[in-house]
Amino acid sequence: MEPFRTLTGPAAPLPMANLDTDQIMPKQFLRGVDRESGLAGGFLHDLRFDEQGRARPQFVLNRAPWTQARLLVTGPNYGCGSSREHAVWGMLQLGLRCVIGSSFGGIFADNCIRNGVPAICVPAEEAERLLALAADPQRCQMTVDLEAQTITTAGDGCILPFRFDARHRSMLLRGLDAVGLTLEMADDIRRFESGYLQDAATRA
Amino acid sequence: MTARTLYRRIVDAHTVRGLGEGGQVLLYVDRQVLNEYTSPQAFAALHAAGRSVWRPSATIAVVDHVNPTTPERNAGTMVIADAERSLQVRTLAANCARHGIELYDMLDARQGIEHIVASEQGLVLPGMVMAAGDSHTTSHGAMGALAFGIGSSEIEHLLATQTLTYTVQKTMNVEVGGRLGFGVSAKDLVLELIRRIGADGAGGHVIEYTGPAIRALGVEGRLTLCNMSVEAAARGAIVAPDDALFAYLHGRRRVPQGAAWDRAVAAWRTLRSDDGAVFDRTVSLDAASIAPMVTWGTSPDQGATIDAAVPDPAAERDPTRRRGAERALAYMGLQPGERLDGLAISHAFIGSCTNGRIDDLRDAARVLRGRRVAAGVRALVVPGSTQVRAQAEAEGLAQVFREAGFEWRQAGCSMCVAMNDDHLGAGDRCASSTNRNFEGRQGPGARTHLMSPAMVAAAAVRGALTDVRRLLPAQE
Repeated sequence: MEPFRTLTGPAAPLPMANLDTDQIMPKQFLRGVDRESGLAGGFLHDLRFDEQGRARPQFVLNRAPWTQARLLVTGPNYGCGSSREHAVWGMLQLGLRCVIGSSFGGIFADNCIRNGVPAICVPAEEAERLLALAADPQRCQMTVDLEAQTITTAGDGCILPFRFDARHRSMLLRGLDAVGLTLEMADDIRRFESGYLQDAATRA
Repeated sequence: MTARTLYRRIVDAHTVRGLGEGGQVLLYVDRQVLNEYTSPQAFAALHAAGRSVWRPSATIAVVDHVNPTTPERNAGTMVIADAERSLQVRTLAANCARHGIELYDMLDARQGIEHIVASEQGLVLPGMVMAAGDSHTTSHGAMGALAFGIGSSEIEHLLATQTLTYTVQKTMNVEVGGRLGFGVSAKDLVLELIRRIGADGAGGHVIEYTGPAIRALGVEGRLTLCNMSVEAAARGAIVAPDDALFAYLHGRRRVPQGAAWDRAVAAWRTLRSDDGAVFDRTVSLDAASIAPMVTWGTSPDQGATIDAAVPDPAAERDPTRRRGAERALAYMGLQPGERLDGLAISHAFIGSCTNGRIDDLRDAARVLRGRRVAAGVRALVVPGSTQVRAQAEAEGLAQVFREAGFEWRQAGCSMCVAMNDDHLGAGDRCASSTNRNFEGRQGPGARTHLMSPAMVAAAAVRGALTDVRRLLPAQE
């Protein structure tokens, strides 16, 4: 997995609350058996495109400078709903590598970590400030430094500290494979299992 | 030792080891259920890394999201014309065969929606940890288990290691006093809870449901409650096991039998939160004050009692919530102040992992007996599993649905997620027993009103949203 250390670029605002993964990656894009099939085009499909498949000119990701967006600033509970990891794969394939908001759907946030994407939680009032900056084409440039745990907003010259879980941060910074890390603890798992599975009656 | 919640006790019993200071643990998982659309990427990654499945017997696979639900089930009808969906089903079968994983394929008598199948086959038992690549895995908390949804990368992790790296959650006690009234169900209870605390109200928490109203619910009602807890952002939902659950589990396939059953029940009786266990948060509800609910918006927390009117977004003080309500009303084609009771529908759907169980079909049939679906309404019943379907036929419920004008179909997720051929068209308005009223969920432009199966039946008969209590036989 590609490590994540710092990221700088335009941030696009998605101010809606409870933007669910059905909307982030609609069902017609869930037809593959891989992590790629059409997912960049599927990302936020109905917001980005009209019924004829034409880009909606008013939607933020279709307007400069946000066509080059690298980050998303989101409303509360972004990524709620379905567990579909396609929502994160599509976002990555479109070049978006970080999401910032006041809260996220739990499975979505876990899926982000597994794909090297920090989903950064900030207090609601800070999220509102970042949404306002992101909505301004002159001030939407942001830098996320995961090592320092700061968001620098070029638009107003502020530095916002955030807290990110230490273990997840280390995984993202080093681009580590979670399965490989856990398999290093295979002996621990076997030891646990040998005792645990003996009482099969009340177990699996 | 300090008093612990049931949730914490289950986590502790499954902790292989701690993972440092962040509060994560390596969590052993007893059971995984796979489906055809979130598992192929996990297997592909496993194969690419040259890894094997740690414990194939802990995993079961089910085809449920893309399969047809045509009224007949045979080798001729269970063919998926769409090449990509067909490939998903064949890929699941090939992966299961390669790794020795049991598969309930489309023609299997045990096929059905993964969560319905897992409870009816006795695959999830009290005290277990269970995970699946589907958010409604929270359902199985009704079995006194910790169960939660995961993404494809975590499915891969689980296949390879039988564990997950897990962040221990906060706990919320949802304490429900009193008794649900006449014509009011678990679905109404959970819609009221979500309305009250919000679609992100239980974020970062596992809920334990306690109180006399929960004890009085049947196991299937508890499954509905735990199923929809994820719509309030809960990462799990648990009901402590009791005699009602033991009666439900007794004799099911995969449940201990004979002397092992007695030992198991004795162990399960100890599964409860200790007296004095501290929850991070408590929410109290009075079941007696809850009325039949319907949603008016596009988030499960945008609900109201059936006798209420569509709210006016202008009255909403929070700007984010106001924008959300405005957008929802535009999508749903509703005006502030419009009465919910009497709102005309074009479709009625009974099914899904939330409300596709036998009790749900019984509730709906009670309303439909001797009545007809209103002209111009298309009404479908999709039982949650092939076994539920067979039982409903044996009880004469299928006959009631057919005589009322409902289509009686084969089991699957169907028009809840609309990933097979069952979907609504733009502008269609559906009374739905499902779990999500998201934009486009039942089809692009489709308008979904969530409610209990009995409320769907009542809406189907009247051709409009209606209070089921007016149609039910007099209260016993």
